[in-house]
Amino acid sequence: METKLDKIKKRTGPVLFSKYTRGDAIKKVISIPREDVLFELKTSGLKGRGGAGFPTSTKWMLVAASTADKKFIVCNADEGEPGTFKDRVLLMEYPELVFDGMVVAGYTIGAKTGIVYLRGEYEYFLGQLEDYLMKMRDDNLLGKNILGKEGFDFDISIRLGSGAYVCGEETALIESLEGHRGEPRNRPPYPVNTGYLGFPTVVNNVETLSSVPHIMVKGGEWFKQHGTDKSTGSKLFSISGDCEKPGVYELPWGTSLYVLLQLVGAKNTKAVQVGGASGVCIPKNKFDRFLAYEDIATGGSVIIFNESRDMLHVLENFMEFFVEESCGQCTPCRIGNTKLLEGVRKIKSGDYTFGYINTLKDLGKTMQVASKCGLGQSSPNAFISILENFKDEIFFHNGNGSK
Amino acid sequence: MAKENNPRIPVSQQPFKVQKPEDTTTIGGTISIEINEKKVTVPFGATILEACKENQIHVPTLCHHPDLCVAGVCRICVVEVDGMRTLQTSCTFPITSPIKIHTSTPMVRKARRHIIDLLLSEHYGECYSCFRNENCELQTLAKEYGVDNYTFGHITTPKFQVDRSSASVVRDMNKCILCKRCVRTCIDLQEVGCLEAIDRGHETHVGTFLDKPLSDVICINCGQCINRCPTGALRANDPSDQIWNAIDDPTKHVVIQTAPSPRAAIGEEFGIEPGQSFTGELNTALKRIGFDKVFDTNYTADLTIMEEGTELLNRLKKALVDKDESVKLPQFTSCSPGWIKFIEHFYPEYLDYLSTAKSPQQMFGAITKTFYAKEAKINPEDIVTVALMPCSAKKFECNRPEMNSSGFKDVDYGLTTREMAKMIKEAGIYLPEMPKSHFDDPFGDASGAGLIFGATGGVMEAALRTVYELVTGREVPFKNLNITPCRGFEGIKQASVKLENCVEAYKFLEGVEVKFIVAHGTANATKVMEMLRKGELNDVHFVEIMACPGGCLGGGGQPIPTSEEIRTKRAQAIYAEDESLELRKSHENPHVKLLYEKFLTEGPCSKLSHQLLHTHYTKRGKFIL
Repeated sequence: METKLDKIKKRTGPVLFSKYTRGDAIKKVISIPREDVLFELKTSGLKGRGGAGFPTSTKWMLVAASTADKKFIVCNADEGEPGTFKDRVLLMEYPELVFDGMVVAGYTIGAKTGIVYLRGEYEYFLGQLEDYLMKMRDDNLLGKNILGKEGFDFDISIRLGSGAYVCGEETALIESLEGHRGEPRNRPPYPVNTGYLGFPTVVNNVETLSSVPHIMVKGGEWFKQHGTDKSTGSKLFSISGDCEKPGVYELPWGTSLYVLLQLVGAKNTKAVQVGGASGVCIPKNKFDRFLAYEDIATGGSVIIFNESRDMLHVLENFMEFFVEESCGQCTPCRIGNTKLLEGVRKIKSGDYTFGYINTLKDLGKTMQVASKCGLGQSSPNAFISILENFKDEIFFHNGNGSK
Repeated sequence: MAKENNPRIPVSQQPFKVQKPEDTTTIGGTISIEINEKKVTVPFGATILEACKENQIHVPTLCHHPDLCVAGVCRICVVEVDGMRTLQTSCTFPITSPIKIHTSTPMVRKARRHIIDLLLSEHYGECYSCFRNENCELQTLAKEYGVDNYTFGHITTPKFQVDRSSASVVRDMNKCILCKRCVRTCIDLQEVGCLEAIDRGHETHVGTFLDKPLSDVICINCGQCINRCPTGALRANDPSDQIWNAIDDPTKHVVIQTAPSPRAAIGEEFGIEPGQSFTGELNTALKRIGFDKVFDTNYTADLTIMEEGTELLNRLKKALVDKDESVKLPQFTSCSPGWIKFIEHFYPEYLDYLSTAKSPQQMFGAITKTFYAKEAKINPEDIVTVALMPCSAKKFECNRPEMNSSGFKDVDYGLTTREMAKMIKEAGIYLPEMPKSHFDDPFGDASGAGLIFGATGGVMEAALRTVYELVTGREVPFKNLNITPCRGFEGIKQASVKLENCVEAYKFLEGVEVKFIVAHGTANATKVMEMLRKGELNDVHFVEIMACPGGCLGGGGQPIPTSEEIRTKRAQAIYAEDESLELRKSHENPHVKLLYEKFLTEGPCSKLSHQLLHTHYTKRGKFIL
């Protein structure tokens, strides 16, 4: 029977948006040993789609090798990076990819429980996801002895976040799952060793898990045909800002910014913020750079600014975001971001010295190496890259077209 | 100290469990690493901080404390590890591979300076007006790293109101650097959990439930957070100005009682290594400051043993002879005011198990304003009683509304060791050089049994020395009266003594094996209470609980810093003083005998003693509206 969901689907793409039938990957993997699943995954070269790009097969292998009583697979659906909305598309339109990916992961690493950590703001489609899980249970794609495979029990539950950006960081996410304040943990130990409730845990992004069923059905070699040498497969980009056709696009890794801007109908583009607030700002003269782990690694957020935008204002906005969203645990991030924001405001009011701005850039570099988690380590990126790349506009007010 | 698998602590803050080989001398138990180009061998699984310490390399710390679980939040202890993109915090990083560490590179030094500068930019207040001046970890670091010009500015207006609501602890969050040692002390070390980080980002601060004043939450006043605060954000409620006023008022007769723990620790405030008692010197100093009489709290500790011991024997008799099922056993000690508030909040349904005997401090107040006032022919209205205690909870205790059985406030002021040291310094006295002198009559010097109340297990040991001898007519069967099973810093100690050949009056105890439990720190108290709840303590007769780790000698009013090493030395000082005394049993204290002859003529647990020396408790519960 054709459902409402099937009617919405109009997307096409080389990998993720290619054809896939629910349950195919599960049927495939339960007939082969775990080692083969890992091998296929290794062949594909799949890397984490959240932005950090850690090889997924390595992560799974570490947990699969553990002899702990319990293991967990957690789907990071906390999609909090400003300007990213591709996970929402996957969860709403392609839940079969996400959940089948989790079941495959559960089979491979030996987990019996999968948890989806769903962004609090996505509560409106929680019911739809729960219904989908019920349907999977009815069809024995979840539950006990899945598809008749003796001893393969796996189920998925969905938990809601409460709106903290930092809970997208995997260890803070685990803390939050455990009911604690969402604060990143010290590492080592890593979640693959001591994760949820102290057990080995794989935390994967929605998009990473969604790639898995395709790899299982069509093979790692097929997956590798897309993208570049070190960045295999394709990537979903959430495009927003000054362009004619914003939205979610599936493009192979290695696409240049220039091509991407053409595709979405961006005109008079001055800068592109790749990777959301924690990413970097690419100016016009560097649009030949390409999106891949080798060049600009990203979780998929692309925000386009045209000539009418004031970059200092953009930067202020980002810094305000970090001042509020830092978990407040470690010193460099908690106070450092405040100081960077103060610096931006000083520049705005003209009350600054270049000496002090350089001190702040220095502080930014300290934050990059001394903060506890990725949030603090990446929060000065925008500050450093925008002040470097737009110094004419910001300090001398002679940038192209600004004000 | 840090406990494992406590569900209330986030896993991240629990100690990282690396499977350490049992025997570290064998190959595989150690690992070769390089620190600053020098090859060294360290135990497998040790943190970088421990490895550096072992090799005489100083790495600065702020959020790290030897008593607490790791946090890794201040980031001051960062070092470079070859092959790692970012700097690593040495307090959290377990060494499990042959890494190369650099502790003083340009990047490391710059990061540390930045961190100190950032902390100073948000740290309100000036050092010269802070009680932690010259004993502040932030100040020391700023000096060591030459951070002296507020690169990132300096906050000039306070953000928070100082919370003076509690009788014991004053919180000035303007000085807080969010190292969260207090939070970990409260949640992990003491398992009280009245402090936690609130809000996020730049608004993060340490606060109580709904940011209520400290007096309105389940704080037990133990003051352990004060002892572990690296700055001046937490302090005890200081009554020294009122005490000076009383001393300066010629119509007032000001008496002070000194507890054994402050005497064993106050030297530290004067730069003396931990582990030396200054009892005699302190007596002289206090007289020179202007106290009219200096008494020994150990005297009422002896009295406590008489009352509490008799109460125990009465309960045993009721249970064994009268078969009275309403009698609550085991009997719990009631000397530690932190523990009392803890049980009132967390286990109010078990208050009947507590001994009704007051703490030695409060007994002293009641005796001073009745017996002593009569003997010395002074109007009790004119007597001001001060108690020198190692404790911040004693300040709350002396302000309890029920503590006025003498007709007046039994104890007017509780003073901590730190505050006493400050008063002595203010009077221009260098304590270690004072000549020694004795305590004043009519209470004189007390027994060693009262003295060892200061260490965990001390009350139990003192009680056994007396109870055993009363029941059997013989001394306790331990060499030199040192009941070693009561000693040491193990969290929960259990032991028993068999009563044989009892005297006629106590024949009903013939053959009874008296079982007792000693616990210190309220985290261990929780475990004992859960055992009680499960009915596992049915055959236990007596339980001693002290709220603070190590007992009173590790109290919240003791000199800062504190660690297990320092507490051990203080305990040694106390036990050495006990062993040097002639009089070591409470019931042999001649002044206590005199009190029962002249004043409490009907003996322990009589009507008058109940009126003056016993009390009742309040069911508080955990939920405060």
